[in-house]
Amino acid sequence: MARQTVVRTEDVRKVYQMGAVEVEALKGITLEVYAGEYISIMGPSGSGKTTLFNMIGGLDKPTSGRVYIDEVDVAQLDAYELAWLRCRKIGYIFQTFNLIPVMSALENVMLPMIFARMTSDDAREKAAALLERVGLGDRLLHKPYELSGGQQQRVAVARAMANDPAIILADEPTGNLDLKTGTEIIELLKQMNEESGVTIISATHDHKMLSVSDRVLWIRDGRVERIVNREELQIEVGKIDGRTE
Amino acid sequence: MPKEVGQQIVLPLSKAIELSAKSIRVRLGRSLITMSGIILAIAFLMSIGTSNAVLDKLRHVDDPRVQSVLQAKGLDLDSEAVHEERARNTWLVVLSLLVCLVGIWNSMLMSVTERFREIGTMKCLGALDSFIIKIFLLESSFQGVVGTLVGISLGLLLSVVMGLGSYGSAVLKYFPWLAVLRWGGLSLLIGSVISVVAAIYPAYVAAKMEPVEAMRVDR
Ligand SMILES: Nc1ncnc2c1ncn2[C@@H]1O[C@H](COP(=O)(O)OP(=O)(O)O)[C@@H](O)[C@H]1O
Ligand SMILES: [Mg+2]
Repeated sequence: MARQTVVRTEDVRKVYQMGAVEVEALKGITLEVYAGEYISIMGPSGSGKTTLFNMIGGLDKPTSGRVYIDEVDVAQLDAYELAWLRCRKIGYIFQTFNLIPVMSALENVMLPMIFARMTSDDAREKAAALLERVGLGDRLLHKPYELSGGQQQRVAVARAMANDPAIILADEPTGNLDLKTGTEIIELLKQMNEESGVTIISATHDHKMLSVSDRVLWIRDGRVERIVNREELQIEVGKIDGRTE
Repeated sequence: MPKEVGQQIVLPLSKAIELSAKSIRVRLGRSLITMSGIILAIAFLMSIGTSNAVLDKLRHVDDPRVQSVLQAKGLDLDSEAVHEERARNTWLVVLSLLVCLVGIWNSMLMSVTERFREIGTMKCLGALDSFIIKIFLLESSFQGVVGTLVGISLGLLLSVVMGLGSYGSAVLKYFPWLAVLRWGGLSLLIGSVISVVAAIYPAYVAAKMEPVEAMRVDR
């Protein structure tokens, strides 16, 4: 089976200007992400994971190099097309959950659908079904502050799935969660990946991410250090954790 | 990109209204402080307007008792002193409206900076700049209209009470309804315009925020 590429970057560089100092956060990243895979991007803090995410997610432009999403050069898109892309093609999950504080869980999940011009009734129905799917069927009308961190992140997963995106970008989704809750969120993402075929790109420096990943990409200091496939991974996980999962 | 792009995301106004109303409710404390500025300024405007209208009306009333009260206070004719006081009051009203505009401006700007994550997230979810602008303009105009209505009532009440003190019940007997109504309309207009104008720049700042702001973890 030929693998379809959903995201492709070509020699992406990103330089941040900090006053007189230039910080080169990405030093030429070339990678391909295949449709339907679960890929984890590992790397220590400050290695450039978030920066790479911003490029892949159409949130920021590279200083040089290209990013293609479904073979469309993101740099060529105008404001409307970018908004369209963010709305329908990509679902975002953040370390800090980022639910809209004044909205209920249901409304948070509805928001991307409303942006996509779905009618309120359809959006409500679909949002309720999604929340049911992430295990929050009994928390539809709760406000974010009435939910635990893990529950908030579940709402965020449901929200990311709202418009049936091709890709979910999760930047350290477990960064603010304890071990058990974090594992549950990762398993939830894996479940979405298996059931809906959505491509998951997840940044982390958390080793429990490895077990669900089809591929793991290590970046260090703005460069791809190595890419490891699932099969090779099984062995390495054993080495890293001292146990196999 | 598919064709649908053209017809996307002019989010229904109703959603923007809902969101603004909720934001105000959640930040009620801040909203009330902002509103108090506009309440005071508009109350001042309204009471000055109403007091002047009352005096103008009483002067033209054919009632010897009213005229003698006015004479006793030296208000029966347009004296230099009356003129000066009116001019001074106009100045104070304009100044207080300006202060109120700056107050709203500042508090909206604070609100925008505080909500960087929320704004960035909405942009990640596909919100256009115009939607963000709408939210903040609506929020400010809700505050403005409510504040203005309270201010109008307060100013009216105040000037009636003061009028009763100065001229007695003649105020109610010869109340200048039409002129007061006109002042009310003018106040509402001024209050609304100020609250929208003051929010333009903050709303623009919000709209120009980058979606990457949503990713920010520190700060
Ligand atoms: N907005 C920015 N301005 C300046 N430097 C930045 C900015 N964002 C990130 N950096 C720098 O780029 C490098 C990579 O950061 P980041 O992508 O956030 O790493 P990670 O997500 O892997 O922790 C770091 O050295 C960081 O200080
Ligand atoms: Mg990061």
